[in-house]
Amino acid sequence: MSRYANNPQAIQNLIRPTEVHRDVYIDQEVFELEMKHLFANTWIFVGHESQTPNKGDYFTTEIGTKPVIMVRHSDNEIYVLHNRCPHKGTKIAIDRTGNTGKFFRCPYHAWSFKTNGCLLAIPLRKGYKDTGLEESESVHGMAPVGAVKNYRGFIFARLNKEGPDFESFFGESLSSFDNMVDRSPEGRLEVAGPPLRYMHRCNWKMLVENQTDTCHPMVAHESSAGTAIDLWEKMDKPEGTQKPMAMEVIAPFMSPYEFFENMGIRTWPNGHGHTGVHHSIHSDYSAIPGYFEQMVEAYGEERAKAILGENRHNTVYFPNIMIKGPIQQLRLFTPIAADRTLVESYIYRLVGAPDMLLERTAMYNRMINAPTSMVGHDDLEMYERAQEGLHSDGLEWVNVQRLYQEGENFDEIAVENGTTERQMRNQFHAWEKYMTLTMEGDA
Amino acid sequence: MKAPTRDDLIDFVYEEARMLDDGRFDEWLDLWTHDSFYWMPLDYNQEDAKHVTSLLHEDTFMRKLRVERFKGERTFSQKPKTRCHHVLNRPFIDHVDDEKGEYVTHTAFHYVETRLDDQILLAATARHELKLIEGKLKITHKRVDLLNSDAAFGNIQMFL
Repeated sequence: MSRYANNPQAIQNLIRPTEVHRDVYIDQEVFELEMKHLFANTWIFVGHESQTPNKGDYFTTEIGTKPVIMVRHSDNEIYVLHNRCPHKGTKIAIDRTGNTGKFFRCPYHAWSFKTNGCLLAIPLRKGYKDTGLEESESVHGMAPVGAVKNYRGFIFARLNKEGPDFESFFGESLSSFDNMVDRSPEGRLEVAGPPLRYMHRCNWKMLVENQTDTCHPMVAHESSAGTAIDLWEKMDKPEGTQKPMAMEVIAPFMSPYEFFENMGIRTWPNGHGHTGVHHSIHSDYSAIPGYFEQMVEAYGEERAKAILGENRHNTVYFPNIMIKGPIQQLRLFTPIAADRTLVESYIYRLVGAPDMLLERTAMYNRMINAPTSMVGHDDLEMYERAQEGLHSDGLEWVNVQRLYQEGENFDEIAVENGTTERQMRNQFHAWEKYMTLTMEGDA
Repeated sequence: MKAPTRDDLIDFVYEEARMLDDGRFDEWLDLWTHDSFYWMPLDYNQEDAKHVTSLLHEDTFMRKLRVERFKGERTFSQKPKTRCHHVLNRPFIDHVDDEKGEYVTHTAFHYVETRLDDQILLAATARHELKLIEGKLKITHKRVDLLNSDAAFGNIQMFL
């Protein structure tokens, strides 16, 4: 029985100011509606332009659960097309990356398409003469998504033709992307290798919420970060030995509550927000020789200092990515089912900067976000326990109350104590908005 | 030990796997030289361990940390503990240099990891670089290539 489709009121009833109903995490109908509405109304990250550097290069991925192809067309622009032959529905490409030359050719009946999706040819076309093919959907070729935006190399798409424009959807939150890209002396990033791929048996929103959850690191990650600090302290080493890069990466996870309280959280309209307004776990990394000089050369001293002085921790772009500007990492949380999420963690090279920065970034990625990561193991353990625990009928609501203030207005930018759950509430406020934006009620 | 025989090299690889299956991690840590690395690439035929992401690239400190973490009271993903099981093909001896005391083996194996009701099976290949030090074979580098290294995994918690 359908409880939520065509019933905006029922969706709204799932979100209260300080708690959310468990159905947002465990109900498969709510999940299907997220794919139909939330993931169609909002701007979703697709890929980076450096993944398709040459004409004909393509990359296959999903927007929510919808398969798409990102491809560089002969005009050098990047297009995002539904990965579906307009004839019988066959996926046109299934390898993750490749070059298709000047056109795509469906492997089933050899219908072919230009790399902007337009129908190029159908074998034995005379069989469609006088059948009205010109009036069919199929004649238009591979359907493009509703809208595409290349923001400083990062490709976003909106499935729906109509909807909020890119700039008003993200607004000032784009400053985190700007800071990440500005850290390259040439103002350019390049993807560095394939992403980590980590399967989670939990709802995608648990992962997104965790990105600004600053009260869990010293608890869930005590076993890795705490043990690392103990080991390092007990190690036989000469006085003044510099901490190895790995310790710089993992030790800050054990920072006390006060550190996280003081780092601050900023929320932007439409569900975006970030931790680390004033400082973060990335603030105290050692300087990499030669890098600052390159930045001064490129930007001048004042601007270089401003760029490198901004050490935001995690920036959530609603609905389903997180970036870390200071280490050029992007994590994509792709929903598969109410209880299944694929997490892909990408890293990028700062073009023109020393390789050692990339070495630290790659180290961070594998140490913290790999399926073989000691830190990732305990996070996944928590999500999966929650996904199972929510099926208990003892309670129906999940608490997001920490540092709640009456009358919170999420249309305004706010900077708060770093342990607030305001950003989680901000996400659910946006969730409700974009779930119901295109939902027509039965009544 | 004088120069190790083929059997000595093969026995070493089998014994290493048995230590992991038995959970004798402290003994296992002693098999390595102080500047050794354990590398598990993310990509098929990956050549660079440092500037693209790997699944694991662990020095002595990181391996020790992993082992100490297994023992911890608040290691939640190890409550209950994971168990593992290796089935090894007979190792190939790819390289022998008795003068330098350096040896390379190549071993195909299947690996099973289990916890609660979950069990995963991975197919992998291990390349051991070994060195004879004070009469004992030690690992200077171990590379583990998963057959499906680019697949999406859940947790893989033990050493392969």
